[in-house]
Amino acid sequence: MSAVASAVSERADTRRAKPPARAARRARPRPWRAVVLGLAAIFYLVPILCSIKFSLIDQQGRYGIQNYTAIIHNGTLRGALVLSLEIAAIAAVVVVGLIFPTTVLVRLKLPRLTILMEGLTILPLVVPPIVLAAGLLQLKETAPLWVVNDFFNHPLTALTPIYVVLAMPLVYRAIDTGLRAIDLHTLVDASRSLGASWPATLWRVVAPNVQTAVLGGMFLTIAMVLGEVVIANLIDQSNLTFPLEMIQFASQDNAPGVSVALTLTALVFTFMLLFALTFLARGRGASRAGVI
Amino acid sequence: MAPFLIYVAVFLGVPLYVVIHGALTSGGHVTLANFSAIFTQSQYLIPLRNSLILSLWTSVGPAILGLAVAAAVVCGPADGLLRRIVSSACGVFAYFAGAPLAFVWVASLGTLGVITLLLESTFGYDLSRHFDISSQAGVGICYFYFQIPLMVIFITPALEGLRPEWKEAAQNLGATRLAYLRHVAAPILAPSFIAATLILYGSAFSAFATMLALNGCTNPVLPCKINLEMSNNVLTNSIPVGLALGTEMIMIVAVVMLVYWLVSRRAGRWVR
Repeated sequence: MSAVASAVSERADTRRAKPPARAARRARPRPWRAVVLGLAAIFYLVPILCSIKFSLIDQQGRYGIQNYTAIIHNGTLRGALVLSLEIAAIAAVVVVGLIFPTTVLVRLKLPRLTILMEGLTILPLVVPPIVLAAGLLQLKETAPLWVVNDFFNHPLTALTPIYVVLAMPLVYRAIDTGLRAIDLHTLVDASRSLGASWPATLWRVVAPNVQTAVLGGMFLTIAMVLGEVVIANLIDQSNLTFPLEMIQFASQDNAPGVSVALTLTALVFTFMLLFALTFLARGRGASRAGVI
Repeated sequence: MAPFLIYVAVFLGVPLYVVIHGALTSGGHVTLANFSAIFTQSQYLIPLRNSLILSLWTSVGPAILGLAVAAAVVCGPADGLLRRIVSSACGVFAYFAGAPLAFVWVASLGTLGVITLLLESTFGYDLSRHFDISSQAGVGICYFYFQIPLMVIFITPALEGLRPEWKEAAQNLGATRLAYLRHVAAPILAPSFIAATLILYGSAFSAFATMLALNGCTNPVLPCKINLEMSNNVLTNSIPVGLALGTEMIMIVAVVMLVYWLVSRRAGRWVR
């Protein structure tokens, strides 16, 4: 999200002249920075390096890439990965479709509702997922049969709508930061006075200006879906999603090496997506540097 | 606006309503029996206490460390490679969360973890006798792994909001670096810091996936207790109690969010 935030806020700052103090500050190294960043690097890189070593030891105790090839050879695992990516793609599109027009509308016409939007979209971050899952489980018990058959009996229909809600905090914050950095009023007024309809204004004028923010929100949604297990675990026991399959390997199949290999693959995949995104916004000036 | 509100009401509002409704009824009657059970029996009070303690140290600790990391990153070059790497990594670690990150620690400090085996072979020290990755302390370390990035994400906008003009003004008035930090930066950052810490508290309080991945969630904390009550319904009718525990969690989170809202209104005064 902050990747997106900084990538997008870059645009606003091009208009401001760079203060000359910035160049001077860059030249002077600060020992406390090096210490903090060094310690953070150790805390984050050592476990990752350990995981790489761990994942390269196969079940017979030899070095090899067997744990990684399991993703290709194991049909169940491949199915789970496809299922999770489907859920992620649908959820990402739906959540942007809901949040993007609403956020533009609130910023343009209903600024007093900003606090409501912020409140509603931070809820899914703090409402315990286990409580949400308990509620859904209870609904499943009491719902009419057709709802259970059409809705709850497949992870795609049971989980996707809930993941849309869970993704709202990430996408809202990303898009809101993006919109804050552009002159939304002028853009929309210009587009409208040239005769563009509202949908055309949203899609062809506003959206391209916040595309890094929108993409960032979508990538974070993918990361969330590839890691979410709480709701999937309580709601669906028959078709496992990718993260549940990951746990399955460690707990029941007694192959933690595969779990670790899957974790690393998913981590690297999402990191690359987000890292590539920061370069998409390149050449549009610098984001802000704080003064400590 | 309308589609968004309807969506939230249906897919967030209805499940929460079902939880609260189920907690307040028993056999079709409105009752507080479920609540008197969870507030008197020690099998429900101990998980509550454990959860509150675990969330406290896994939110305040990462908040301080996250602030340090964010400060170190923010005062560097704004479009540098470091910024890009840290912001992407934070997004991944903070939202990937729970289950997958637990495996990273299993691979490092678990009974067959790389660090455990290394300590064993070089120093003859058996880590697994003194430390268990699925104990409260071990789970806490896993929490740090995603809480610190979450703090970096939430506090970075506030740090970026500190304007160079303020520091120059302070220096022109003869302030030292320490005086600037103490009398200008700290008071401006304090509300944002507290607000972000409260979000971390809520996040730690509701975290569950880590423990599910580590040991199938057998720790004596609130989310695991709910999981147990909700999935044990075949033998005993424990679902209403599970829902009551869920309502208890909602109430605690509501209090945290109320304080968050009050604090972040103050934060908005300077940092926009």
